[in-house]
Amino acid sequence: MLHTDANTEQVDDSGREFLVFTLANQEYGIDILKVQEIRGYDSQSVTRIANVPSFIKGVTNLRGIIVPIVDMRIRFNLENVEYNQHTVVVILNLESRVVGVVVDGVSDVLMLRPSQISAAPQFGTALSTEYLTGIGTIGERMLILVDIERLMTSQEMALVEQAAVV
Amino acid sequence: MSAGLDLSQFYETFFDEADELLADMEQTLLAMDIDQPDADQLNAIFRAAHSIKGGAGTFGCFGHLADTTHLLENLLDALRRGEMSLRKDMIDLFLETKDVLTGQVAAYRNSEEPDQEAYERICAQLRQLALEQGGKLPETPQPAPVAPAAAVPAEPAPVAAATTSGSPYRVRVTRIGDKDAEALQAEMALLGTVLRQERAAETLTIWLDTTASAADLEAVCCFIVDAMQVEVISQQPPAAAAQPPAVEAAPVAAQAAPEPAAPAQAAPARPAAPAKAEEPRQKAGEKSGKESSTIRVGVEKVDQIINLVGELVITQAMLVQTASTLDPVLHDRLLNGIEQLERNARDLQESVMSIRMMPMDYVFSRFPRVVRESAAKLGKQIRLTTNGAATELDKSLIERIIDPLTHLVRNSLDHGIEAPEKRIAVGKDPEGHLTLSAQHSGGQIVIEVTDDGSGLNRERILAKAMQQGFPVNENTPDDELWQLIFAPGFSTAEKVTDISGRGVGMDVVRRNIQSLGGHIQLSSRAGKGTTTRIVLPLTLAILDGMSVQVGEEIFILPLTHVTESMQPAPEQVHSVSESEHLLHVRGEYLPIVALHDVFSVDGAQKDISRSIAVIMQAEDSRFALLVDHLVGQQQVVVKNLESNYRKIPGISAATILGDGSVALIVDVFALTRMARRKEAVAGAF
Repeated sequence: MLHTDANTEQVDDSGREFLVFTLANQEYGIDILKVQEIRGYDSQSVTRIANVPSFIKGVTNLRGIIVPIVDMRIRFNLENVEYNQHTVVVILNLESRVVGVVVDGVSDVLMLRPSQISAAPQFGTALSTEYLTGIGTIGERMLILVDIERLMTSQEMALVEQAAVV
Repeated sequence: MSAGLDLSQFYETFFDEADELLADMEQTLLAMDIDQPDADQLNAIFRAAHSIKGGAGTFGCFGHLADTTHLLENLLDALRRGEMSLRKDMIDLFLETKDVLTGQVAAYRNSEEPDQEAYERICAQLRQLALEQGGKLPETPQPAPVAPAAAVPAEPAPVAAATTSGSPYRVRVTRIGDKDAEALQAEMALLGTVLRQERAAETLTIWLDTTASAADLEAVCCFIVDAMQVEVISQQPPAAAAQPPAVEAAPVAAQAAPEPAAPAQAAPARPAAPAKAEEPRQKAGEKSGKESSTIRVGVEKVDQIINLVGELVITQAMLVQTASTLDPVLHDRLLNGIEQLERNARDLQESVMSIRMMPMDYVFSRFPRVVRESAAKLGKQIRLTTNGAATELDKSLIERIIDPLTHLVRNSLDHGIEAPEKRIAVGKDPEGHLTLSAQHSGGQIVIEVTDDGSGLNRERILAKAMQQGFPVNENTPDDELWQLIFAPGFSTAEKVTDISGRGVGMDVVRRNIQSLGGHIQLSSRAGKGTTTRIVLPLTLAILDGMSVQVGEEIFILPLTHVTESMQPAPEQVHSVSESEHLLHVRGEYLPIVALHDVFSVDGAQKDISRSIAVIMQAEDSRFALLVDHLVGQQQVVVKNLESNYRKIPGISAATILGDGSVALIVDVFALTRMARRKEAVAGAF
């Protein structure tokens, strides 16, 4: 593979683009291809659902389709969950469904090459390593790369039907 | 790219058509009277087999299909000509052939090779039948012979026609080029004997003696020219002498010569054809007229239109809401326009929804076969009657009703209707009677399965229920006992058959029906029979709802379950415990379910006497639902929550309100279950 290095420099086909968003002061990255659009957060338009985990804010109307809204900050047990003019909803287009995710703000779209991504270390309980793609490094910045598809369809997110719900 | 020769794009249409033809074939076969087969029916089956064979042959890559239909066609041809007489085992064989053909079509559709074994077996059977009949061929023909064979000798031109046995058709094609004309002539020659042809200006006229039907001829022509240009009618060729410009008249004249009495009239007027020949022509005309007035559209296109219209209705509701704040005097024209829009939107919505509507016949038509086979297997005699097959129901519902209904029919066949000896012993007609009916009632459709069998056996159900530990005793009323039939794992069948009796059925049936927003009821009289009644909404896409407010939140209650609403007076409310209350309405004690409790809504009215009680009815139970305010009644477009999220307990779906926000539609059945629990508590008290 060494002799192809010159080519990869130019074409860089192995790099992936990530949407960077912030939760509290930490930056996270998700695969840009999963992102459908980014919208401002309007609590008026979200209908609350009873008897669901608190991080599920409810459902909203996205041009005629009903989309669940998840607040990642509550999910990650962050303090200071406030809704201001920077609060946005990232609408994700996952394999079979559309889900909205509330974050503190989006900052960037970055290209990361494999060399810039390292394996994820073991974290606390909030975010299991199983949902991480790795840790991205760009200069001084550190991005936690989340496997958003896997996270959103996991049992603990309770977004997907489980067997026999009465 | 080979220019226009990629036939594979037509495969799908062919498969669809073949499926339809096969379904028709089955229906006709089942409707056939064995002793006196109807000529029209035989012809219809023959045509179906022929069309499939023709199609399969045209594409050239569905060998099995073409071979099987060819054998079937030969037999059918012999039958319709009265060279063979119909027997019951033939019908059975034909039905089996139909199944094999359906399997072949399905296999080809999935680009697989069809089952070789089934193909060989069925072909062998068909050949056997052909051989055996061939030997008996000289038998006296049927007393009521089939149309063409009898009609031909009476016609003025018996010679050539008698051999091909077909009725003569006139094919006229307008605006045709020379090259197409040649191709068309060649095609026609393949289909039968060309009696005569004329080419004048841009019009080609061919008189053809063929066994093919008018529709077939038309179909063949359509490969070469446009359908608009083709006209096929049943007509004798005019006498050669009367037609001067015939270029290729020579061979035709030779054929026409033996005609005993050449009609004197010059114009191609129809000779006095016997009435029998007239009939198929009219039929063909009707058929082609029907074909051109329908189009085949993918369901997803229709769904897209329905979705868009749904959006339109929501937008329109939003406009109405916004406009309601305007001064009607100043904005007279705008408000009129909005009113007009509302009417148009509603009409549009209704029309679009009607596209999805399908007649119940789609479901009912599969039961004659089920009944026939089950009856044979069980050694019972069963007559099936269907009523209201034209009743229309939403496509998505109709597809999901098939399984539950099949289950109910099988139950009736297996457990309901008794064996003939048993029926005679109790003084009933040995032939059991099963009725399927469908009718509209309000905004709902009522489907009933009725049998005149033994009815439910109260003692046995009671014994079984007690044995399985259900809370019942001798005094339990019938209705409650019948409900047990829908309990999981409950079966009273004496033995498990491969038709039913495993006890996994009725609870699934009920769950299926409930998931469609409907309910199921059972009534039965010992010795007289059982009626199962399914009540379903007409469509799943739109719902008449009552919007209610609790705290700051809006919920939609399905109007079909709302019986009345009232402001409860303090003396009507009786407390059973801290949190359990009953509402006394006209002598009836109804459990109270507070919506704010169920959905833990903040800021709701906690004082029962200051809330509104909406009396809800679901299945056979009633309860009072407490809300803060009634907002209004409206038709809402039902949006699935599961497509992007999941099922929420107590909520059946969602909708979008006029202001663009989402409102949740309450699942009344889930609330009923909650109310039941409360009722149980009240009963203990």
